[in-house]
Amino acid sequence: MRILEGRDVTKSFGGLAAVSHVDFHIDQGEIVGLIGPNGAGKTTMFNLISASFPLSSGEMEFKSQKLNGLKPHQVCKMGIARTFQQVKIFADMPVLQNVLVGAFFGTPARVSGSGAAQEASQALDFVGLSAISATPAKDLTLVNQKRVEVARALATKPELLLLDELMAGLNPTEVSEAMGLVRKIRDRGITVFMVEHVMKAIMGICERIMVLHHGEKICEGTPQEIARNKQVVEIYLGEEAHAGS
Amino acid sequence: MLEVSNLNVFYGKSQALRDVSLKVNEKEIVALVGANGAGKTTLLNTISGLLRPASGTVEFLGKRIDRLAPHAIVQLGICQIPEGRKLFTDMTVSENLDMGAYASEAWKRRKETLDEVYQIFPVLKERGGQLTRKLSGGEGQMVAIGRGLMSNPRLCMFDEPSYGLAPKLFSEVLDVVKRLRKEGITVFLVEQSVRQTLELADRAYVLENGRIVLEGKGKDLLQDEQVKKAYLGV
Repeated sequence: MRILEGRDVTKSFGGLAAVSHVDFHIDQGEIVGLIGPNGAGKTTMFNLISASFPLSSGEMEFKSQKLNGLKPHQVCKMGIARTFQQVKIFADMPVLQNVLVGAFFGTPARVSGSGAAQEASQALDFVGLSAISATPAKDLTLVNQKRVEVARALATKPELLLLDELMAGLNPTEVSEAMGLVRKIRDRGITVFMVEHVMKAIMGICERIMVLHHGEKICEGTPQEIARNKQVVEIYLGEEAHAGS
Repeated sequence: MLEVSNLNVFYGKSQALRDVSLKVNEKEIVALVGANGAGKTTLLNTISGLLRPASGTVEFLGKRIDRLAPHAIVQLGICQIPEGRKLFTDMTVSENLDMGAYASEAWKRRKETLDEVYQIFPVLKERGGQLTRKLSGGEGQMVAIGRGLMSNPRLCMFDEPSYGLAPKLFSEVLDVVKRLRKEGITVFLVEQSVRQTLELADRAYVLENGRIVLEGKGKDLLQDEQVKKAYLGV
């Protein structure tokens, strides 16, 4: 079943088309990857889905409901949550409170204080941050701040989770652990759309990968198809092998 | 060139670095690897004067720098290219680059240095007038590296340069690191793409829970069973 569908999705900044006439879809329960060179429009795509930016043209539907014209908070309440490439935490608040914000805010109905607290601590437990729940978020490593964002997003009870470079700054062993976390998220019934440059992760867990270049979708396919695609190698992967990184 | 001896650093009561000692010789590429939270960034922040050690010393070119202010350390020739870029997001690309030269003698020759930076990253010249908050992640990383180079450093400390870079661009950044060495700049590299980093580095240290637990030639560490298991995911 389609959970998200975009038709002719376009975003221009002044004269520059950051995302240009992209048709795409995500099916429920999938883990889909979005890759492309730096500046290709990947984060812009996430900003469009989460309504941080309005579309210049085209349309998007989430579970057959139009997203056009909605505000970010409305999109979140419909069941789309995200993390940010440049982390956007509440720096002076403890980790737990950061996640509580998500729990209070999310879908669909109002929650009680104790319900939200339970929701938040479960989300923290899930990402492995329970031990530091009282630490101010600004004192965490960047990698753990990203996990706080995952917990905050999960606490909104999303059906679709957008992960923007969750694996950045992790060593290969930690990447393997984070891949396990993403699979666990999907196994909870949450569809995952992820932007990632760590090839081991994207090739290892995505069922399908889309490639953006200069704002256009230049190809789409299974990890094997993408790894063999000449244009992708040329513009993105480079000639050297990157499987280990 | 850089000598860190018995460094102990705390955040409040929790100890982040324990008796850390290491050396970086002139024109070497030295890598520091370790898990998330091991203390790598803390060590860089201490060397650059952003954090004060509780005990231990940092010497650069034979002079103690562990009580100096960050700007004074920059003037001596150490630059840090911070994790997560830390750009001045409401300033343009070229203004950010200028800021790299601001604290030091490098200000006088900033135009020449700027040309060199543009040579390494031509896209920054095209984007010179753009606010850095409008850049993509990778372009932002290039600005961060360029800003560091604008101080005419003798020792350049990179904190996770691969962060947010496409694979091809990361290879290019590693080429920049090699090029810096050729130009006589010493490199201290913190990086989680452990394999490429150890292949590139002359020597490397492994930091675990605030302690140096291993050191050796980069290529030897690649063969180390402990490193393979803990950092290479083998």
